[in-house]
Amino acid sequence: MSDAATMDGLPDGAKGVVTDYSADKQAFHVPWGKAMMWIFLLSDTFIFSCFLVGYMHVRMAATDPWPNPSEVFGLSLFGTDVPLLLIAIMTFVLITSSGTMALAVNMGYRKNRKATFWLMVVTAVLGATFVGMQAFEWTKLIMEGVRPWQNPFGSAQFGSSFFMITGFHGMHVTAGVIYLLVVANRVRNGFYEKRGGNYEIVEITGLYWHFVDLVWVFIFAFFYLW
Amino acid sequence: MAYVSIADRDHEAEHHDPDTFITKYVWSQDHKVIAIQYGVIAILIGLVGMLLSSAFRLQLGFPDVFSFINPENYYQFVTIHGMIMVIYLLTALFLGGFGNYLIPLQLGARDMVFPFMNMLSVWVYALSVIILVASFFVPGGATGAGWTLYPPHAISPGTPGTDWGIVLMLLSLGVFIVAFTMGGLNYVTTVLQARCKGMTLMRMPLSVWGIFMATILGLLAFPALLVSAIMMLFDKLLGTSFFMPAMIQAGVATDTVGGSPVLFQHLFWFFGHPEVYIVALPAFGLVSDLLSTHARKNIFGYRMMVWAIIAIGGLSFIVWAHHMYVSGMNPYFGFFFATTTLIIAVPTALKVYNWVLTLWQGNIHLRVPMLFAIGFIFTFTHGGLTGLFLGNVTIDLPLSDTYFVVAHFHMVMGVSPVLVVFGAIYHWYPKMTGRMYNETLGKWHFWLTFLGTYSLYLPMHYIGFLGVPRRYFAMGNTDFMPDSAITLNASMTISALIIAATQTLFIYNMIVSLKKGEKSGGNPWKSTSLEWQTPDTPPKHGNWGHSLPEVHRWAYDYSVPGQAEDFTPQTVPESEVPVGRDHGTEH
Repeated sequence: MSDAATMDGLPDGAKGVVTDYSADKQAFHVPWGKAMMWIFLLSDTFIFSCFLVGYMHVRMAATDPWPNPSEVFGLSLFGTDVPLLLIAIMTFVLITSSGTMALAVNMGYRKNRKATFWLMVVTAVLGATFVGMQAFEWTKLIMEGVRPWQNPFGSAQFGSSFFMITGFHGMHVTAGVIYLLVVANRVRNGFYEKRGGNYEIVEITGLYWHFVDLVWVFIFAFFYLW
Repeated sequence: MAYVSIADRDHEAEHHDPDTFITKYVWSQDHKVIAIQYGVIAILIGLVGMLLSSAFRLQLGFPDVFSFINPENYYQFVTIHGMIMVIYLLTALFLGGFGNYLIPLQLGARDMVFPFMNMLSVWVYALSVIILVASFFVPGGATGAGWTLYPPHAISPGTPGTDWGIVLMLLSLGVFIVAFTMGGLNYVTTVLQARCKGMTLMRMPLSVWGIFMATILGLLAFPALLVSAIMMLFDKLLGTSFFMPAMIQAGVATDTVGGSPVLFQHLFWFFGHPEVYIVALPAFGLVSDLLSTHARKNIFGYRMMVWAIIAIGGLSFIVWAHHMYVSGMNPYFGFFFATTTLIIAVPTALKVYNWVLTLWQGNIHLRVPMLFAIGFIFTFTHGGLTGLFLGNVTIDLPLSDTYFVVAHFHMVMGVSPVLVVFGAIYHWYPKMTGRMYNETLGKWHFWLTFLGTYSLYLPMHYIGFLGVPRRYFAMGNTDFMPDSAITLNASMTISALIIAATQTLFIYNMIVSLKKGEKSGGNPWKSTSLEWQTPDTPPKHGNWGHSLPEVHRWAYDYSVPGQAEDFTPQTVPESEVPVGRDHGTEH
């Protein structure tokens, strides 16, 4: 079986791709954990896509009018109604945490254990802040009478899909915070030094964290801006 | 620090051989033990599924003769039978069982990349099976909504098991998906990242290709099932209306309003159709290896076979709505989904041609695994051809929800993969146990099963054509049903019972041969792929002794002209191939 013969007529770039992926031993020059995290995130992407597509379908199928997100998610501040204030802060916090996470990855590769540790802790704190604000938002909505099965502002499916999807995302953030703290602690106590000083795990944690942020951008767009 | 692939690392003695019974056989992290645990659990629950089918076949063949079957448990039996067979038997057995056993062995790895997660996978799977079985014993019993669990009836009063059965069913599916994800991530990463030296993707045996692609399908399709299960649990437990429209039940309006039952169907079939190929692709792969080995001939069109697996995998995600032609859909969608469905027939037919061409002028040994493999070609072609009828909107409409559909999917994704499961178990039994099965019992098992399934499912196509609807507890005195349909129903039940009884031959053979079977040696089939070249049989922990194997060729060097032996293992370098008589001119 000659590989070269079957690739005649392919452009050079395509030949390179074919050669890379038909190499022996491994397809990607990355550690197993990183490859696995990418594959997991691909699968998780499908979970969130199904949730969001389901939400869109439910929203179109609902018979009662859909509430206006600017009103439902508005906050009253010093007597003025500011639409989407809380959610803007939440989104800002989460995006910022992605920045600190990226710095932590960089510091990890520079083997700056102290900076890596603190940046991961900051990331985790920002993540926890996000979850805390989400809890506040949930409380506010529940006080106003929104439930998974009913909703004073209009269609009941608004409450159902809101609590389900933001809840599912909030669980991802919470899991991410725990994951970050475990890895950060291991960075601090030298766990990875004993294993050859390989800090790939920081990047793997970062992949998950950036993914959770990216998903939030879509949830934000579909729930709050649509 | 530059990253070094596993095959290039020093082979430091990383032997933590398990020594206690618990670490060896229960909480084992060895992929071979996990594979057998998966296999045993799957076969046990599969036997439960088979007994359930015998029970409801009794009612269908001899209505109202057996008092222990009433409409409620008839529906429960049908539902759980379908669930078990599709998910807890076939998915688990092909991916958890054969995937675990064959991927590291056929690729020259010592184990899966994350053995601990692999171990969790099998025990979480066991938990999902326990939850499933438990649903029979809760108040109201198991769910009787049909394996598709369509709302609103799945969670509305009147359907069996709407109290707790449906909750446990959905919970069990969720737990199964967690188990599958932990295993599946391992399989995919192992295939991509842990191959031995010389093992390129295009040298992998087709078994691995089929299992690999099926696992990817699973990782992308199960999310839809998970999401629909979560939403239905919300509908059931929290009173939301994702899937529940405004309804009137027994003259009273329900609390639900504005939900969409069709959303569930889309989500379910976005999972459900790839699921067909999650079951079929591993079967395609395994059967290719069986045919090639026992016909002593290279697989015909290896490259095409690989690309066909990939094409089928890709296409399987854009055909799901062909299960929903009668659900109400824009006609243009029907046109689209009918077209994509029929396009799948192209790579699939290509595979069938290649299997047949592999047999052509081969040196065929009709051993038990080969019988099952050839049987598969028959049943699969048969089931595939009826699929062409059902893929067309206009022909599907009258055939929808008749026994024609039941016959079709049983031929194509019930009988066919199960025949491959049997063939593959017989084929790899010597490697797993070091002993041979009993050939005579195996042949009886094959012929009774193969002919039995034909006598069961051929008449089922006919009564489907007559318009006999599926899922009915009893037909009563329905005018359009001729007497022949009644008689055939009785004969089909008898066939089903004979097939069920035949499986005891298989179980007996497997158990007795463990102790009494002849010693098989390391490579009884004179096979080329890596799992037959292990230093020990059954392979020990770590599979390869001191150093990993090195691969010099593809997995199908059978009867190469000019070579002394009719097979050349993948580990033999070009310079060491024994030269001798010419096989090419013999046949």
